Amino acid sequence: MTPTMPKPAASPGAAESTFPSSRPLPAGVAPETIVSWLRDMMLIREFEVRTMQAYQEKKIGGFCHVYIGQEAVAVGCTAAIRPDDPMITAYRDHGHALARGMDPRHCMAEMFGKIGGCAKGKGGSMHMFDRANNLFGGHGIVGAQTALGAGLAFATKYEDEVLRDGRSDRVTLCFLGDGALNQGVFHESKNLAGLFDLPVIYVVENNGYSMGTAIHRGTTVAHDLSVKAQAYGIEAIEVDGMDCVAVYERMKAFCDRCRETSRPGFVDMKTYRFKGHSMSDPRKYRTREEEAQYEADDPIGKLKTSLVSAGVLDEAAVKAMQKEIRAEVRASIEWSEASPAPGPEELYHDVYVEKWGPYTGTSDPEMLREGGER
Amino acid sequence: MTAMTGMSAGPGAVAGDLREIEFRDALNEAMSEEMRRDPKVFLLGEEVAEYDGAYKVSRGMLAEFGPRRVIDMPISENGFAGLAIGAAMMGLRPIVEFMSWSFSLVAADQILNNAPKMLYMSGGQYGCPIVFRGNDGAGGQLGSTHSWCVESLYANVPGLKMAIPSNPYDAKGLLKTAIRDPDPVFFLESERMLAMKGHVPEEEYLIPFGQAIVRREGADCTVVAFGRTVHFAMEAAEVLAAEDGIACEVIDGRTIRPLDLDTIVASVRKTNRCVVVDQSWSFASVGSEVAAQVSEACFDDLDNHVHRVHADDVPAPYAFELEQAMLPNPGKIRRAVRSACYRD
Ligand SMILES: Cc1ncc(C[n+]2csc(CCOP(=O)(O)OP(=O)(O)O)c2C)c(N)n1
Ligand SMILES: [Mg+2]
Repeated sequence: MTPTMPKPAASPGAAESTFPSSRPLPAGVAPETIVSWLRDMMLIREFEVRTMQAYQEKKIGGFCHVYIGQEAVAVGCTAAIRPDDPMITAYRDHGHALARGMDPRHCMAEMFGKIGGCAKGKGGSMHMFDRANNLFGGHGIVGAQTALGAGLAFATKYEDEVLRDGRSDRVTLCFLGDGALNQGVFHESKNLAGLFDLPVIYVVENNGYSMGTAIHRGTTVAHDLSVKAQAYGIEAIEVDGMDCVAVYERMKAFCDRCRETSRPGFVDMKTYRFKGHSMSDPRKYRTREEEAQYEADDPIGKLKTSLVSAGVLDEAAVKAMQKEIRAEVRASIEWSEASPAPGPEELYHDVYVEKWGPYTGTSDPEMLREGGER
Repeated sequence: MTAMTGMSAGPGAVAGDLREIEFRDALNEAMSEEMRRDPKVFLLGEEVAEYDGAYKVSRGMLAEFGPRRVIDMPISENGFAGLAIGAAMMGLRPIVEFMSWSFSLVAADQILNNAPKMLYMSGGQYGCPIVFRGNDGAGGQLGSTHSWCVESLYANVPGLKMAIPSNPYDAKGLLKTAIRDPDPVFFLESERMLAMKGHVPEEEYLIPFGQAIVRREGADCTVVAFGRTVHFAMEAAEVLAAEDGIACEVIDGRTIRPLDLDTIVASVRKTNRCVVVDQSWSFASVGSEVAAQVSEACFDDLDNHVHRVHADDVPAPYAFELEQAMLPNPGKIRRAVRSACYRD
C-alpha cells in the first residue's frame, strides 16, 4: 500500500484499546474548560451519529457530510479564538456550528428542512449560519468561502482603521478541505490576504481525501503544504488535528500572533474523517486497516484518557456526560420533528431585503429571535 | 456623443442650472458623494486608485479618500469579488469595479452564487449590500471575449438587482440608489457612453429602481430599450416620425430587475404594438423576457406579436463592418417597428 496519509502516532496495538494514550493537559487552562471541550466533541459525535440515522430514515435530504473523526479541529480552534472573531467554513459544517455554540435543535431542524432551522430550512446541511456566534456559513462550493474569509478579515480591519480608528485585533478563521487547495479562488485569496495583511487564518482540514481522491493524487507537494503558503508570504504550521489539546495550544499561539501582526496564516491540520465522504460512499479508495489505525487515534478517546489520568474526570462522570448529551441530541430530533415545515409564505421571503414585486422582505430566523437560549 | 434633447432633464433640474458633465463624472460624483455620506462605502477594483481608473471613472478619488477606501486590486476578479462579498456580509458597502463586465465571468461563482443567495441561504441572517459596476457591451472592435452583454446571463438570477443607465443624469441617480440599496446591485455602464455629456444638476437626487421613463411619447408603437440602445431607439423614432409617419413611444427601462412592467404595459395598451430592443443575444434574454411579459399582460391589446431587436446570434466579430452588422442599431429598430406596424 502506498502511504497516502501520515501515520498517526498510535502504536500498532492501539487499535484494540478504546482509550489511546494520555497526554499532559495544557497549563493555564481551567480543567472545567477542558472538560467543556470534551463535552463539545462528544456532542458533535453523538449529533453526527444521529444525523446519519436520520438520513437513513429519510428525515434529512440532499447532500449530508458528517464530521466524525474531525471533532478536535472545530472544538480546539473555537477554543483558541474569541467569540467576536469571525469564522467561516465549507459544507462539512455541523461540527463548526455546534462548537461555535449553535443550539443543536436549530442545527438539526435545518437539516430536517424545518422553519426552526438556523436558516429556516432554506440552507440545509451545507449551510449552517449563526450570526449571534459569528459563524458566516457553511458554504457548498469547494473553495468559495476562502475569498469570503479574506473579506471578513478585510472588514474587521476596515472597521478598525476607517470606522472607529482603534484596534479590535479580531482574527478570522477560514476552514477548508484539502480538496479546496487546488481551487483557483484559494490561490487568489491567499495572494490577497498576503498582499493586504489580512488577519485571516486558513485552516486546511487535511483529512487526506477529497471524496475518493487521496491528496497526493490531486495536489502537488502534498507532503509539505507549507510551500503553498510561503509562495504568498504566509506563515504555515502543521498541527495534529486528532489531538484537541494540541489544536488548542498551537492555534492559540498562532491566532495571537496573527492578532498582533495582522498577517495571514496557514494551517495544515492533519485529521481524518472516520465515515464516508457523504451518506453514499462505500469507501473503496481506502483500506479498512488505514481506517482502523485512525480510529484508534480517536480525538475523543484521547482527551477522555488525558482528563481521567489527570484526575479531572472519572469514568462515571464521563458516562453521566454521555447520557446527558444523548438526551440533548434526542431532544433536538424531537424538537426538529415538531417544528413545522416552512410555509409557502417563506418561498418569497429572504430573497431581497427590500420588499418589491412578489418579494416580502426578510426577517431573522427563530434561532436569533430567541436570543440563543440553550 | 451627447445625450439627446429631452433625455437629460430630470425631476431635479432647476431652471438656469445647465451644468453638463460626462457620464464618467456622473458616476464619479455618485460614488464620491456616497463615500462622503457613509464611511462604510468604499471602492475596489483593478486600477481604480493610482491609475485613476482604467476609464478614468474614479479620477481623483484616491486623492480624496486615501488608499484604505479606494483600493487597487490585482487581476483576481473571483478573489476580490469574493473578498468584497465577505466584507458586505459584515455590513460594509463595497463598490466593486470590473474593468469590464466581460471579466466578471471569471468571478461568476462569487457574484452569482454568493452575493445574490446569501440572504436566502442564511435564512435572513446575512445580507449582501454590494454594487458591482463596470463596462458592459461592445466597446468597439474588442472581439468576442471583451464584448459581453451580461444582462441576459445575469438577470436570470433572483436575489440581485440590475440597473442600466442610458445617460449621465440617470447614471448618477441610479448609482446613488444602488449604493444605498441593501441588496446586491449589478450596475451596467457602457464604455461607448462614458464621454457622453448630459445635464446633471448640482444638488442631490436619487432615482428609484423599478421606474422606467418615457423618453418620447407616441401613439403608434411602443419601443422598450435599455442602456445604450435607448439612443438607437430615439434615433430610429426620429426617422420613423419623419419618413414613415409612425409615432413611437420610447421607454427607457432604466432597471432590468426590478423591471417596470406597469409603464410598459400602459404604453402598449395605448399603442397596441411593441418592439423590445436588447443588445444581448436573443435566446433566453432580457428581450425575450420582456416580450413574454408584455404578451401575457397585453394579449388582447396587441395588434401584432411583440417584435425584438437583438445582437445577432454569433460571437462578437472584430472587423468594423461585421461588428456593426451584428449589433442593434437604429436601422434594425426602424425595420422592426415598420414590421410591427404592418408597413412591410
Ligand atoms: C466547485 C465544486 N466542485 C465540486 C464539488 C463537489 N464536491 C463536494 S465535496 C467535494 C470534495 C471536497 O473535498 P475536501 O475539500 O477535501 O473536503 P472534505 O470533504 O474532505 O471535508 C467535491 C468534489 C463542489 N461542491 N464544488
Ligand atoms: Mg478532504
